[in-house]
Amino acid sequence: MTARSPDKQTGSGPGSGDAVSAVGDPQDVLLSAVLLAIDSLALGGAWVRARPGPVLDRWLSVFRECLPPETPVRRLPVHVGDDRLIGGLDLAATLRSGRPQVERGLLAQIDGGVLVAPMAERMTAGTASRLSSVLDTGIVAAEREGISARWPARVAVVALDEGRDDDEAVPAMLLQRLALAVDLAGVSIADLNRIADEGDLAAMAQAARLRLRDVAVGDDAVEALCAIGAALGVPSLGLAGLAVRVARAHAALAGRAEVADQDVSVAVGLVYAQRATQLPGDPADPPDSEPDPPQPDPPQDDAQKPDDATERTEPETAADRLIEAALAALPPNLLEQLAASAARQRSGANTGRRGEGGLSRRRGRPVGSVPGDPRRGDRLNLADTLRTAAPWQRLRGRDGDRVLVRPEDFRVARYRHRTESVTVFVVDASGSAALNRLAEAKGAVELLLAECYVRRDRVALLGFRGTAAELLLPPTRSLVRAKRSLAGLPGGGGTPLASGLDMAAAMALAIRREERTPSLVVLTDGRANVNRDGEGGRAQAMEDALDAARRIAGAGVSALVLDTSPRPRPEAAEIAGAMRATYLPLPQADAATVSRAVIAARGDGARRQG
Amino acid sequence: MVSVYPFSAIVGQEEMRLGLTLASIDPSIGGVLILGDRGTGKSTAVRALAHLLPTMKVVRSCRFNCDPSAPVQECLSGCGLSGTSGASKSDTVPIPVVDLPLGATEDRVVGALDLEIALSRGEKRFEPGLLARAHRGFLYIDEVNLLEDHLVDLLLDVAASGENVVEREGLSVRHPARFVLVGSGNPEEGELRPQLLDRFGLSVEVSTPTNIRDRVEVVRRREAFERDRDGFLATWASKEAALRRKIVRARKALGSVEVGEQVLEKAAEICLALGTDGLRGELILVRAARALAALEGKSSVANTHLRRVAPTALRHRLRRDPLDDVGATSRVERALDACFAT
Repeated sequence: MTARSPDKQTGSGPGSGDAVSAVGDPQDVLLSAVLLAIDSLALGGAWVRARPGPVLDRWLSVFRECLPPETPVRRLPVHVGDDRLIGGLDLAATLRSGRPQVERGLLAQIDGGVLVAPMAERMTAGTASRLSSVLDTGIVAAEREGISARWPARVAVVALDEGRDDDEAVPAMLLQRLALAVDLAGVSIADLNRIADEGDLAAMAQAARLRLRDVAVGDDAVEALCAIGAALGVPSLGLAGLAVRVARAHAALAGRAEVADQDVSVAVGLVYAQRATQLPGDPADPPDSEPDPPQPDPPQDDAQKPDDATERTEPETAADRLIEAALAALPPNLLEQLAASAARQRSGANTGRRGEGGLSRRRGRPVGSVPGDPRRGDRLNLADTLRTAAPWQRLRGRDGDRVLVRPEDFRVARYRHRTESVTVFVVDASGSAALNRLAEAKGAVELLLAECYVRRDRVALLGFRGTAAELLLPPTRSLVRAKRSLAGLPGGGGTPLASGLDMAAAMALAIRREERTPSLVVLTDGRANVNRDGEGGRAQAMEDALDAARRIAGAGVSALVLDTSPRPRPEAAEIAGAMRATYLPLPQADAATVSRAVIAARGDGARRQG
Repeated sequence: MVSVYPFSAIVGQEEMRLGLTLASIDPSIGGVLILGDRGTGKSTAVRALAHLLPTMKVVRSCRFNCDPSAPVQECLSGCGLSGTSGASKSDTVPIPVVDLPLGATEDRVVGALDLEIALSRGEKRFEPGLLARAHRGFLYIDEVNLLEDHLVDLLLDVAASGENVVEREGLSVRHPARFVLVGSGNPEEGELRPQLLDRFGLSVEVSTPTNIRDRVEVVRRREAFERDRDGFLATWASKEAALRRKIVRARKALGSVEVGEQVLEKAAEICLALGTDGLRGELILVRAARALAALEGKSSVANTHLRRVAPTALRHRLRRDPLDDVGATSRVERALDACFAT
């Protein structure tokens, strides 16, 4: 658990899987490996939350043993490029043979096999979307570097997620296509080994594979799995379909000819439990009440309810029985843990999280190459240069092994011109600020958000109040999400200005590491009264805040301080001074002034990269 | 050929299905943008659409899909040179639906030096790219909001001009590239530039069905398809054929569907009430309504047709007020209610 602040029970993000889990049940963990091996291509794969170690090794080895013999299993390099993933021109072979030689990428090479993706939480959205497309179609299409090819690529993906906190998560797009979700944390290796050695798992998996096609899936089971998915806030129908297949694989493993209640329960545990985002039934219910038979519709869907209630009569009993059995099989702490994180979920922070993470192309990323002269300081793009030279070798009378490269072949890397900027809003939501028109401050932020939207900047949102600062929204381009996070920001409590600024500074540096330009917009009245340790005391709090502000100045991050107090006070100006930030008292600031100030503070984001 | 899930077996999502159908009846509507959650069958629908489309005639062995009735004079395949129009040999081919895969490089999109020829014979020859292949057909971009900016710019330019101009690697080539752009994406993962939005004729929204019966049906059909593709396709073959006939009939009838003065006025009124930029919205609105009338076998466009297609034709053209909490859809609906109240 990554508890961030003392006032929260869990620091886990909704949907990150920390909140709910069948943690520590070695039986289930092993079962997931065996089931995936039984029907890997149909199940898409598994999302395995685990750190490297013997438990993970054993899980992987059980999985491999249970796969059909000679199924290719390959590791996906963490920052794999398109040339390796999809395929491209084999430069060496092309030059050698004098005709284009195509090299297949990883995906086509392991057709029918399994791709193991370590550190999947670091995977870019680009890679995730390529994998997703292959999982959907079973085909990899290469339209690159002068080649146009399609290869079969039916694969399963095992995404190893080592993410420690909210900032890192496997792209949601990919997770939606992986049937199984397991957490290996807390599983003891001794237990795992003991259970794994009890029987011949590989033989059982092989037998199950043979039975698989003959397993019937009743409508009850399909209905129950759809309903439970909706009830647990996992609305994706793709996952419901995958859950059906997990249930079927389990039935085959158990030697049943038809999917039974137990199979449905197992599927719920292995597919949904880690991804649940709400309590079954009305999320407003107190968590200590009995879990109601789940509502078939998500709670916001009022329109559907009446006609559903009348229509769902006959099949209800069988399906309901399944649903209850499956819910009973969920880990007992599910309800309370969900309740603990429910507040955060309602703020909307759980939707599509990190989906945007890899959207970014890092600043200075090469976006191709242009003819140029490397002697003038541009970076030579060797591959493209050779590619340009390649067609002419025969004409230039090449003999022997030397490649004849002429100055006109030189290609230099072209970088993305515009530096992407990220505006981090740091919003003081303390009691004093709430008093001093938090609502108006939010209004100002909304205007700034609109401005950022127009400029295609990313925005991020930090809030601080009570004893600590909190990341409300990681950098995103989605205005919708930004607005939602902002609207969900409650007010009240002390003013831990130092914590807010520290977090802002850390974030700014992280943004810079990604080669984007950060700029901070701090909305506060400057009346710090909680110090870095979360303790009260105005003097120390102010001292800490000034220190944090100076660090921001030291890092050279451009910043703007909007003073939200009704009458501008020296404190906010002092903080702004220490931060070397533009200071703007809000009373004078109409919308236009504010947005001009932000643009000025942002500096020139359109620097050219060499 | 990998078998594709049939279009008519898609559960619900009427708006998306209608949008795609209208775009295939009248390509001049100019494309469809499909926005919504994952796993709602967006790409399934587009790939299925390819099997519904009628055929078209192309000049034989033309690499640029030239129309035999109007071959392009400067076509690199030499289509326009082989005699007077109509004289060239032609082939009947399915209307292309070209997938622009993520990770496609610029050279494959616009076309580039033919490496094979260059390497083996030392000749410069242009190898057409995806844009040439999509000419007179559909170009599909899944996850359009994840597309790299420089590719987006390029597509916008070509979509606007209907012509692909290549100046690279010592080549200087231009060829017609008129295609219906179909894009899909999830707005939660990044928004689209207004310029790109505007290039799409229709914008449809999809969502995960919340009704339990639909949900079960989706999973059940999908499962049936996965387990026995041929059997599933056979079950749906007659529905597919009926829909294809309907589309073909509507394409033929399109030219004779009348658009009355009153309908034009109504369309103008709606667009005025919504303050959509430019005339494009009005034009698309009328075309979509006409395609709908043709689909329904009507001889003229009625107000009900306008009413039905207006949300998809207009919602992405509203002047953007990012702070307006009211979604574009409800703004359109409100304006429509007002316009049709009288």
